[in-house]
Amino acid sequence: MTTVTAEADQRAHGRESHGGPAPTRIVVAYGFWIFILSDIVMFSALFAAYAVLSGNTAGGPTGAELFNLRSVFILTVCLLLSSYTCGLMMLSAGEGSLERFAVFAVLTFLLGAAFLVIELSEFADMVRKGAGPSRSAFLSAFFTLVGMHGAHVATGLLWLLFMTAQVAAKGLRPKVLRRLLCYSLFWHALDIVWIGVMTLVYLMGVQR
Amino acid sequence: MLGKLSWSAIPFNEPLPLISGAAVFVVILVVIGVITVKGWWPYLWREWLTSVDHKHIGIMYVALGLVMLLRGFADALMMRSQQALAVGEAQGYLVPEHYNQVFSAHGTIMIFFVAMPLVIGLMNFVVPLQLGVRDVAFPVLNSVSFWLTAAGALLVNLSLVIGNFARTGWMGYPPLSGLTFSPDVGVDYYLWSLQISGIGTLLTGVNFVTTILKLRAPGMTYFRMPVFCWTALATNLLIIAAFPVLTATFLMLLLDRYLGMHFFTNDAGGNQMMYVNLFWLWGHPEVYILILPAFGVFSEVAPTFSGKALFGYRSMVLATLGICILSFMVWLHHFFTMGAGANVNAFFGIMSAIIAVPTGVKVFNWLFTMFRGRIVFRTPMLFLVGFMVTFVIGGMTGVLLAVPPIDFVLHNSVFLVAHFHNVIIGGVVFGALAGYNYWFPKAFGFTLDERWGKASFWCWLIGFYLAFMPLYALGLRGMTRRLQHIADPTWRPMLLAAGLGAIVIFCGILCQIVQLYVSIRTRERRRDVTGDPWNGRTLEWATSSPPPAYNFAVLPRVRTIDAFWEMKQRESRPAAAAAYEPIEMPRNTPTGFIIAFFAVITGFALIWHIWWMAILGLLTAAATMLAFGWSDDREHEIPAAEVARLERSRVRLGGAA
Repeated sequence: MTTVTAEADQRAHGRESHGGPAPTRIVVAYGFWIFILSDIVMFSALFAAYAVLSGNTAGGPTGAELFNLRSVFILTVCLLLSSYTCGLMMLSAGEGSLERFAVFAVLTFLLGAAFLVIELSEFADMVRKGAGPSRSAFLSAFFTLVGMHGAHVATGLLWLLFMTAQVAAKGLRPKVLRRLLCYSLFWHALDIVWIGVMTLVYLMGVQR
Repeated sequence: MLGKLSWSAIPFNEPLPLISGAAVFVVILVVIGVITVKGWWPYLWREWLTSVDHKHIGIMYVALGLVMLLRGFADALMMRSQQALAVGEAQGYLVPEHYNQVFSAHGTIMIFFVAMPLVIGLMNFVVPLQLGVRDVAFPVLNSVSFWLTAAGALLVNLSLVIGNFARTGWMGYPPLSGLTFSPDVGVDYYLWSLQISGIGTLLTGVNFVTTILKLRAPGMTYFRMPVFCWTALATNLLIIAAFPVLTATFLMLLLDRYLGMHFFTNDAGGNQMMYVNLFWLWGHPEVYILILPAFGVFSEVAPTFSGKALFGYRSMVLATLGICILSFMVWLHHFFTMGAGANVNAFFGIMSAIIAVPTGVKVFNWLFTMFRGRIVFRTPMLFLVGFMVTFVIGGMTGVLLAVPPIDFVLHNSVFLVAHFHNVIIGGVVFGALAGYNYWFPKAFGFTLDERWGKASFWCWLIGFYLAFMPLYALGLRGMTRRLQHIADPTWRPMLLAAGLGAIVIFCGILCQIVQLYVSIRTRERRRDVTGDPWNGRTLEWATSSPPPAYNFAVLPRVRTIDAFWEMKQRESRPAAAAAYEPIEMPRNTPTGFIIAFFAVITGFALIWHIWWMAILGLLTAAATMLAFGWSDDREHEIPAAEVARLERSRVRLGGAA
């Protein structure tokens, strides 16, 4: 069938017609979005486990005794700000401005790294107090859920380094921009998960 | 240096696994030898191991499933013979320690490494062809998925000769699967092999949902998609929603085992029933992940061999999506005996019974499709009829088990074993075998032998009834599952009948092997030169058999359901076009193979606590991913002249391409 009849066909069918395979950018972003969805399903299982086990402290420390809302506030600010700078980074990339891209990439990285460092020092502090992950089912669930989010942040930081290197080496080509788009979807999704962690683990935890 | 691994890991004192392991090893050596002598390695590497072509990956999936079927079936024969022999005074030939590994490996292998590869393989091969496109959304990811599945299968088989496998049953319930009661490597083999293959399956889900929703031929709206594509969509949606739960659940059990955490332990506040809940939150959708593609196969087979359109297309689609949603609301029926209370049990009992409604809709649709059709009883059609009768019986015993008071009596009895084999063999296996017979000519360009195909069908059907109807009766008489020794001698006749049934099924498998051999030997007589051996209705039959790498030189234009049938009615099969455009195709890459190779090393190292090797394996796998993430040169273009030459040669062969 030639393209000419194909076009005639399309006109004949009007709005009922479907235009064929979507362009690569749509396919890649859509596929990656589905992947993030599956990641969030995994987190939901960890959230459920935490909800079931959060009261099972086995005589050990409770959330109210361990959690420090001041550092949770700092963590939240770091992560949300890093999402903002990540958004600005994507805008600069779209405008093709390498310098501004670099500035916001560095800012995003630093804020993400600060989040990770503070979180790890909190973890180390808890372990020192004898509230490590093997103390009770509650702490197992806590360290696994929050630690899984932290592991995602760490992965995101490495990925950001990798993407910055690609931009430096290849410039802001369409293919690089597509990969950046996936990265930013990932980074923003970590915010959504963190909002859940902050609310369900910390805010509700200190009330117990 | 080598963690827990030492010479004592190899079971020198147990002849059975050692001999079978050695036999497998010899077979592998012979295969490798033949390939080397014949100089097939470059071809194998180029066309298969590094292939990102969905057709080749699909064929490899099906091949993996069929090979693992032999392994899983060997376990089945051992169990049936042990139960037939070890009655009263006799103790049989399998000690409990070994018998428990056999039934655990049988379940794990049959679900994860037979049924899953078979249905995913069929989807891989068929879906892009039916959608009228050139490949899946992420071809390299597809290759990664396959090789990770193969890596998991390899790890399970390694447990045969190095160490042991889980003795916990295929669900791995804690606390039995925890460190206290399973301190050795068996459960670790189970967990790591399923984690690795599970990631592969999850990526398949992402890939196929994107493919079906975003890549379809021009004109193919949702309600013009073949029903097999709809069932594939539902299955992959279920994979995305269910497999991450399994990953998280196994992660928690691994953390219990490796880092001394307390998710599922008896002490420090662990909760074993949470594992059971989470496991079945994945496990029940998994049942539908397996059966929906089988329904899809039958929805293609029924119209083709009845010579008329599928009855109730829209109701079929709605029933599929209904099952997709309902499958998440019934998980608790796997453990009514947990004691969640009457109201909870009543809810899940009613939901379970409701699932029978959309399934019933489907059965009636297939029946009405056949009604007044011009039915041709080829092998896939026999499997359809066998399926309809068998699956309905399995469904009815399922509705029985969905009634909580009845379940309290039958829980963990062989009645349950008979029920799920009834739906899995009568549904998934029959569906997969129907699909295998149906699409084989599309994959290889020649049809399978009908005589041997029909013989295998009758063996499977009769063997199934002989093997599992006695188990229903024994279950009602109180026989529990997984017995290594039978105390009540009055059960023996039934167990002998069940054993005989397993042997008849084995004959069915042998018939299939003969069928493949005979068909290859006589392939010149059974060439499919038209590309359309069954007078098909959907787009996969619109291209040649086997299809060219790019499937369609010009993407077909779809006007209706059963697009190819409509083209044949209008006599407008896309013949050789006047001019062709160059086609961009993904380049083959060893990325998937290499990542899976290092995944095996990492998994093996983690199982045996060889930490340096685990880190090394992880780093190299990550480096492979980064190298791929950096690469730009992933596509190659087939020039228009080359496309034209290929198309002309195919038209000359007689296939109106």
